[in-house]
Amino acid sequence: MNLFKISSKNLIRNKLTTILNIILVAFGVGILSILFLASTQINNKLEKNAKDIDLVVGAKGSPLQLILSSIYHIDYPTGNIPAKDAYKLMHNPMVKRAVPLALGDNYNGYRIVGTDSTFSNLYGLSTEKGSFWHKDLEVTLGSTVAITSGLKIGDSFFGAHGLTGNGDVHKQHAYQVKGILKSQGNITDNLILTNIGSVYKMHEEKHAEGHSHSAAEEAKEINDKQITALLIQYKSPMSVILFPRMVNQSTNMQAASPAMESARLFSLIGVGIDTLQWFAIFIMGIAALSIFISLYNAMKERKYDLAIMRCLGASKSKLFFLVMFEGVLVTFTGACLGLVIGHAALELIGGYQASSQAKLTGLTAVPQETYLILIGLVIGTLASLIPAMQIYKVDIAATLTKDC
Amino acid sequence: MIKISSLAHVYEKGRRLKFPCWEIADMEQWLLLGASGSGKSTLLNIISGLLKPLHGEVLINGTDLYTMSARERDRFRGQHIGIIFQRPHLIRSLDVLDNLELAAVMAGLPIDHERNLSLLADLGIAELAKNYPDELSQGQLQRVSVARALVNRPDLLIADEPTSSLDDENANQVIQMLTSQAKDNGAALIIATHDGRVQDHITKTYLL
Repeated sequence: MNLFKISSKNLIRNKLTTILNIILVAFGVGILSILFLASTQINNKLEKNAKDIDLVVGAKGSPLQLILSSIYHIDYPTGNIPAKDAYKLMHNPMVKRAVPLALGDNYNGYRIVGTDSTFSNLYGLSTEKGSFWHKDLEVTLGSTVAITSGLKIGDSFFGAHGLTGNGDVHKQHAYQVKGILKSQGNITDNLILTNIGSVYKMHEEKHAEGHSHSAAEEAKEINDKQITALLIQYKSPMSVILFPRMVNQSTNMQAASPAMESARLFSLIGVGIDTLQWFAIFIMGIAALSIFISLYNAMKERKYDLAIMRCLGASKSKLFFLVMFEGVLVTFTGACLGLVIGHAALELIGGYQASSQAKLTGLTAVPQETYLILIGLVIGTLASLIPAMQIYKVDIAATLTKDC
Repeated sequence: MIKISSLAHVYEKGRRLKFPCWEIADMEQWLLLGASGSGKSTLLNIISGLLKPLHGEVLINGTDLYTMSARERDRFRGQHIGIIFQRPHLIRSLDVLDNLELAAVMAGLPIDHERNLSLLADLGIAELAKNYPDELSQGQLQRVSVARALVNRPDLLIADEPTSSLDDENANQVIQMLTSQAKDNGAALIIATHDGRVQDHITKTYLL
């Protein structure tokens, strides 16, 4: 028998009110925890994947689309750029490292990326099993791809044209798995890497069917070759201003900065997050009000209980604490439940998410969530403060002597 | 031993009430008689430390109730005085046994499980230990409230109009129960009443 037992028994006695209050708090906290978790995870993904990439050069179009397609592998590319222009940029003195990307095919929704060894240097990749690709049509799988597709070293598969779906399968050439990457916790887990030549080969085949190539024609085609984008790392931060302007003004390509575009993207999502945040705070406010009203109303009835406890020897401060404790117990339970709901909901959302690149999970926690518990405790304290103050006003002698 | 002297109380409306001196030796049983509105409840509240008098003192075992701090007085009441109200106020969210334990906890004393069970057995309600107040009859509730008043082995048992709403037979039983329980537990007893039926059992009277 202690305060906890007395409080919880009393709460159980008023089941419906208690449940309503707990649910209100849980909803508020749940929404806030989903927001915290989701925005942290999205932010982390955005940052992790764009790490070390100062600039993306691609075809003219939406800069955001260019960033999304070539760094996060979410959207479609803006188009292609001539390979020879790209190679010119790659050898610009301001460029420390330039990674060419050739996109266009997928396997079961996982993008096949044609690139070279600079890509693995950029992301610091190493293989878990097997080796990196060397020749045309050899691929190295990201760890997630390997797990979900079940492909093993030595297996071969056909890529499909386009970035999603299995519609137009390139049956002429099969890719062969040479290696599997170590899990990086970033976008490379979801990619299939090969050399640019393989991507060309896939798409040239259609022309080759009817024609016989002359050496001259082939040479011309190589000169006309295109790639999708270039990921660029500067030699010095000074280039931030000069280089993009140079690309945008003097070439037919566009340069987009991942930092700027992610910030822009986040400010777009931010409006929605802000709205939801206010909505959650509003719910928490209602919860506080509801707890206040139910405790305050219950005081009329509980006056006798509390007077009896005074008679039995409890001091005013002890009973004050008892009433406060009840309010805090409700909000604390609600806050814990809210966190569970938040995590479960996010895990559920993650399970239904189609794009594996931006998958959300409820199985991680962020430090801000402890604040949510704290906020719950504060709300409980505030809501029960005024009802608890009533203790000091109750005239026990009059309450108990009066016929009730 | 309980002693009150030169007690006076002023009501909100300005009516002033003086109480004659009163000495109660250990284990004595007294009736506090007086018509309705004569100040019986007021005096009981003063004796039990719930109502601070205008002046005068209440000594229980040599301790002056109203020189203590409010917190000490609350605790002293819990440990030394058992109060039985006209209506048996029990905590509705707790079962009978928990209500008894509450008395010990609130007074800051250890829970004596054996004693609680034997008290219930003495009062003939042992089988109700796990029932909630909602499930008991008025008579049973009254017995539980007597048991609760005795939990902490008080020096003084105070009952305010315990028989007013009972018929002859039940009133008789309650008086029997109070007098015998007070005796068995070594407590002095004060019964405030204007009920003539009680006077057959207790001879010492204090008249207001």
